[in-house]
Formats: sequence, C-alpha cells, structure tokens
Amino acid sequence: MSPLLLVAVFVVSAVLGYFIIRNVPALLHTPLMSGMNALSGITVLGAMAAVALSKGTLALVLACIGCFLAMVNVAGGFALTHKMLSMFAGHKEEKK
Amino acid sequence: MSQTLYLALCGVCTVAVLIGINCMSKVKSAVFGNALSALAVLAAMVLTLVRYGVYSSAALYASLALGLVVGVVYARRTEMIAMPQVVALLNGLGGAASALVAGASVINGTHGVFENATSGIALAIGALTLTGSLIAAGKLARVIDSKPKVLPAHGLITVLLTVLTAAAIVLQVLGSGLWAVAVAVLALVGGVIFVMRVGGADMPITISLLNSLSGVAGGIAGMAVNEPLLVAVGGIVGASGLILTQDMCKAMNRSLGAILTGKTTVAAGTASGAGAMAAAAASSGAAQGKKVSFDDIAAKLRSAKKVIIVPGYGMALSQAQKEVADFAAKLEKNGAEVKFAIHPVAGRMPGHMSVLLAEVDIPYEKLCMMDDINPEFASCDIAVVVGANDVTNPAANTAEGTPIYGMPVLRVAEAPVTVICNFDTKPGYAGVPNPMYSANNALLLLGDAKVSVAKLSACIPG
Repeated sequence: MSPLLLVAVFVVSAVLGYFIIRNVPALLHTPLMSGMNALSGITVLGAMAAVALSKGTLALVLACIGCFLAMVNVAGGFALTHKMLSMFAGHKEEKK
Repeated sequence: MSQTLYLALCGVCTVAVLIGINCMSKVKSAVFGNALSALAVLAAMVLTLVRYGVYSSAALYASLALGLVVGVVYARRTEMIAMPQVVALLNGLGGAASALVAGASVINGTHGVFENATSGIALAIGALTLTGSLIAAGKLARVIDSKPKVLPAHGLITVLLTVLTAAAIVLQVLGSGLWAVAVAVLALVGGVIFVMRVGGADMPITISLLNSLSGVAGGIAGMAVNEPLLVAVGGIVGASGLILTQDMCKAMNRSLGAILTGKTTVAAGTASGAGAMAAAAASSGAAQGKKVSFDDIAAKLRSAKKVIIVPGYGMALSQAQKEVADFAAKLEKNGAEVKFAIHPVAGRMPGHMSVLLAEVDIPYEKLCMMDDINPEFASCDIAVVVGANDVTNPAANTAEGTPIYGMPVLRVAEAPVTVICNFDTKPGYAGVPNPMYSANNALLLLGDAKVSVAKLSACIPG
C-alpha cells in the first residue's frame, strides 16, 4: 500500500475509535484500558510479518522475540480483561 | 490471496474490533465485546499467516505458543489488587514488540525513506514505552519508590534526549541503519527519565498515556512493514489512550504538561497549606458545637436512611473492600440506602475503585460518578470515607496556589456527619492538609481501614 494511504488508514481509524470510545462510561475505564492494552499487542501481526520477511539470523531472532512479547501482551491482556469483566457481570447473574 | 480480498478481510477485522469496543460501553455486553475483539485479533493473525505463507516456520509457532501460555497463565494468577502494575507491564511488552518489529525491519534494510523513517519512529516510541511502562509498573508495585524523582536540569535533559533521538532517526534514515542502535538506546533512557519524575497518584494518567503510545508505536511499525490492519488498530488504541488521558486531566483540573513535569506536589505544612486549613476551618459551618464521638456515629449509623461511602486508594492498600461490602450489606439490611461515590482519579488507574468493588460483588448500579453524587451529600445522613483524601479535600475550592486548587472534588464536607477511616492524618499525595479532619462533624478513625470499617460494621445490629 502506498505510504499516503497507510497514513490515511491510521488517521481515519484513530478518529473512528475516538468517537466510539468516548461513549464508554468512566466506571468501565479500567476494563477499557485493559482491553485496549490487549489490542496494542496487535503488533504481533507486524512481528509475524517480520519473521516472514527476515533476512539473516539476527532479524529472525528479534522478530521471534517480538512475536513472543506481543503474544504475551495479547493473550494476557484479553484474559485479564475477561477476568475483570466477569466480576462485573457475574454479580448480576447471582442476584437474579 | 488477492490484494483486494486481503484488504477487504482487513476491513472486516477492523470493524469487528470497533464493534467489540462499542460493546464495552455497557456492562451487559462488555464480556462479548472483549471476546469479539480477541476473535478479531486471532482472525487477523491467521490472515497474516496466509498472506505471507509462513506455515512452516517452527520458530514462529514456538514463540507464539510460548507467548500464549505465559500470557494466559500470568493473567490467571494475577490478583485484582495487582491490576494496575500488570496492565503497565503488559503494555511495556507491547511497546517492546513494536520496537523489535521496527528493529528487524531496519536490519532487513534496502527500503525507501518512508519505511526507514517509520521504522525509526516506531523503534523510538516502542522503546520509550517499554522502559516507561517498566518504571511505572515498578512504582505501582512499590518495587521502586513511588515518589517523583527529579534530576538537576531534568527539563533540559528531556529536551536534549528528544532532540538527540530525532537526530539519530534522521541519521538512520539518511545514513547507516546502525544509527538505529543509538535511537533505541536514547529512547530507552528517555522512557526512564520521562516516568521517574511522575509520582504515584498521577499514575492513572501516565499509564493511559503509555497505553496510547504503545498503540501509536504499533501503528507506525505497521506502516514500516506495510501492514494496514496493524496501522488501523494501532490508531484506535492510540485514540483510546488519548481520551482516557484527557478525561483524567480534566478530572484533576491540571494540564498534561504539569503532570509530566512533576509539578503536582508541595511539601506538607507549607504556608499555602496552613492557609488552606485556616480558610476552610473558618468557612466551615460545622465549626461550632461539640466534636462528634464514636457513640454519636454508631447511633447515626443505626438510624441512617442514606449512607454514602467514599472509597479511595487507601481501601485498595489495606484490601478493605471485603469489609466495606459487609458494612454496606449490614447497613442495607438495617434499612439504609447505600451509595458509593467514585472520583474519576481515585486509585492508581482509571476506574480502579469500580474494579475493586466489583470484585466483592457490589452492584454496578450503586457506584455513582462524582457529578451525579455530589448534590446528594447534603441530603445523606452520614458519609463514610475509606482511604480517600485529596479527592475529598474541600481545600481544593479555597486554597489558591496549592496543586489541588480548582480540582473538582467529592463534596463530602457537605454531609451532616462524616467518618473518615484513613491510615493517618498526613496530607494526601498532593501535600495539602485536609480541613475536614479537624471539623467538629467529622470523626477520624485512624489506622488500618480494614479494622476501622469492621469496627463501624459492629455498631449495626444484625
């Protein structure tokens, strides 16, 4: 993709995200932040691409470490968010 | 796979992520929203795998599988109390991964100016996010002293580091890729310098900002490796972090600049602090009459129709949320209406109090945000403060020149009677004495909040 298009994708999604996220009430900010933190591990895609594109051992090793760290971020982040949200939701089921 | 199909699928994943986030604005749909986002990321990974056809790379599968196991096990073992530092730590890992992607891209070499420049920028922001988050996590976990540390000429060092990092990026783009090493080192140091001067109570803002940065790092790394999906999601995460940061700055009535430069504390007992005390004591209508006793409070609690509980970071520290929940349950059984007043910056991360209270099954509907609950303090029978200080300090309205002046606070001082379960009478993090402590209609229960709250519970029959 052309550089200009990539920058446009970045800006458009940031603006879209801004308007959607503004609706999240402050009481849910911790799960939101934790969920966003998990999403920032999406860089695992970049790390996978880097593994595929790597020329030479050093680039491959760096890319693999990148895969590992990003995957910890993604998996840990989503699991943590789920755990937190289950506490919010869990209560209702017990009561009703 | 054709380019069009690939881009279309990228679009689907991005929309799924956005829907997932939208679902997170309501408690009922939040679990689904989180699962949808997770699914979208998984789909995106499969998509990337197919796009590059790297099915046979054992190293790839091994690192992904290891990351998955470590991440899930770590998340399962995490206690709710440790949430802020774990989020900070995971955030740092994401930053590190983006930096590594950028580093690998530089090593692969022979790109155009755009790829090289974005690699450099992603490397810098990722590395900064890594060390910044690690310091933040250390401060939150109390491994590192959480007080702000300011070096001589700290501002100058920050500017110098920024300029040097920018220069190194330019050299790396125009000259040798080896300059990337300098970019990484400078940014790693920059992260430490940047967060070390931020104190514990300003961590919610710092974490949101770092969270935003890790998204931006990912997005820019995506530009470097031509990965539109990464660019899109990176942009979304960047925006979300920015919103949280903005929100909390507003809640504290401070500029982001003032927080990042550590201008948020004064020494306890300074002239302005003492002035605040005198001013507030004079203006307080409750100054006349006799000081309330524990027995008065006990009687009040037994007959109360409406009680507002104000939790703060002290509740988290003493792990008193279970006792608070029992206390609330007993009050309700006794016929009182119980509400929780939540200040936007109470605790050490955005929404910290709601997570702790959810952990002990306090219904979400009973948690009230500051603007909703503030008019109710005057009409409640008694307000119970559990480990909150700065966010209740009426001096914020009167003590000009102090760090909290102008910060919107919970108007606990308007309650007819107040019990304050705090560890000691020392001023809160902002260093401004709280005049409520000496008011006649307030009872101080010093010591462990857990014990104090249990003592209050014991006053109520049933």
